Amino acid sequence: MSDVKTVFGSLANYQKGGVAIIDDDPKNYVFSNVFEVADKSKPYERVAVGKNFQYVIECIRAEGTSPWYACAHDEFALVMDGKVEVRLVKPTDPLMPADKEGAIKLMGDPKGKKMGRVVAGRGHMTLLPKGSAYQFHADKPSVVTIQTIKGDVTIERWAEICQTNS
Amino acid sequence: MSAQTAYSVDASQPDNYYGYRSFKKGKFAFRRDEYFVHIDWPKGSHTLPADAFLRALQRDVAWNFFYGTVNFDSVFGTLNHYGTVDMFCGTFNDAYKEGGLDYMETYKSEDLMTTFKAILDDWTNAGYDPFAAPEETKMAFGRKDGDNKKAIERLRVTANRMVGIPGDTPPRTDAMGYPVNRQFADVEQDKPEVYPEPGFEKEVAGFNLFAYLSRSDVTWNPSVCSVVKESLYCPTSEEFTLPVEHGNDRVEWFMQMSDEIVWVVKDKETGRPRARVTCKPGDICAMPADIRHQGFSPKRSMLLVWENASNEIPKLINEGKAPVVPVKF
Repeated sequence: MSDVKTVFGSLANYQKGGVAIIDDDPKNYVFSNVFEVADKSKPYERVAVGKNFQYVIECIRAEGTSPWYACAHDEFALVMDGKVEVRLVKPTDPLMPADKEGAIKLMGDPKGKKMGRVVAGRGHMTLLPKGSAYQFHADKPSVVTIQTIKGDVTIERWAEICQTNS
Repeated sequence: MSAQTAYSVDASQPDNYYGYRSFKKGKFAFRRDEYFVHIDWPKGSHTLPADAFLRALQRDVAWNFFYGTVNFDSVFGTLNHYGTVDMFCGTFNDAYKEGGLDYMETYKSEDLMTTFKAILDDWTNAGYDPFAAPEETKMAFGRKDGDNKKAIERLRVTANRMVGIPGDTPPRTDAMGYPVNRQFADVEQDKPEVYPEPGFEKEVAGFNLFAYLSRSDVTWNPSVCSVVKESLYCPTSEEFTLPVEHGNDRVEWFMQMSDEIVWVVKDKETGRPRARVTCKPGDICAMPADIRHQGFSPKRSMLLVWENASNEIPKLINEGKAPVVPVKF
């Protein structure tokens, strides 16, 4: 039997690496850790941990049931720790302009047709399809990253989450 | 029927002793022996190990010259202009520049690619796989001994929306010829529970990305797994050394999903060391647009490479209209 050990991180057990500077500014590397960010976040804050022009990777501490969100373009949720249920609804009427970028938070339950649900564990990626409304639920604190575009719900607090000194 | 330009390859007859062909492209000349590749250009010559050259050449071919600069080592490489490509010696090396030994030629991308593919085919022997980790392949060295077209002609996986959506790129399985790699033998192979309502089977979808990566048969070869407009998730499995020093023409992001990679970061133009970045599981960091980087992965690891594929970015950065770092704080 193989004695190989693949190391993953979790909320309960993560170690950060870091930037050792030779001739540069550590802030240029925007270095953070998704488990640490989730560890220090409130449930369902969507904290940007990566940004490339308008595109972002958001990090979420999934705990309990989230608000409902909607988005005009595809997004993808990757579970990094724990187990998360994604519930999907096709709204009766569009919830935003087709060119709206990023997710929006809905003020209540969306009216529409149930599309289905996905129960995702560590390493599982789920499509959050364009034009749908979605909600997360996690019985235990879990960590999810979302490939998306910066929007109304994206929180940027780089100075708090990133390495600033070598 | 569309008209296609056929580009010629300037190749010699096989060498009587080593068995390899020599190649010319413009004023560059390439030849190999049992251990080394030798490159000559009007101002100088360069030598590098055959295995290092072939591993780098394999990536340059598979990535279609990739984003920005692909430095085979500190002297030789290519710079992609997306339609044309520069091939250079010493252009991004302080000492060569100061000594006046630097040299560059520009070609249509397909033209240089035709020659690169011919070199890769002729110089890759049976049993040697330039994409594989060193433990998983025969050596590159020795005299000419057959070929390995199956290994070098692998297609780069590109999902249109997401791996696992019906009609898109399928997850990897044993039956497809993708067994779990020896270094990921302990990675869970479970699947997300997917419960679509009737009519939504193509929109309610998920797959196990970590299992998908555990079955990758290549190293250091990002493949597109999910797409948000020009935002591309390009996860990849890494072991041993990134065979090139990748010079960014835009910001690139890395999220370490398993194990550990150390990145050695140098200045893109001069090659002067700037930083050493150690990434452990959950770490996420940017590679600025003015650096080159090379990764070292002691154990096979899972890395998410995140790219913004917009062709406008290199121009914006070159004109000073976009910063070389993604965030200022």
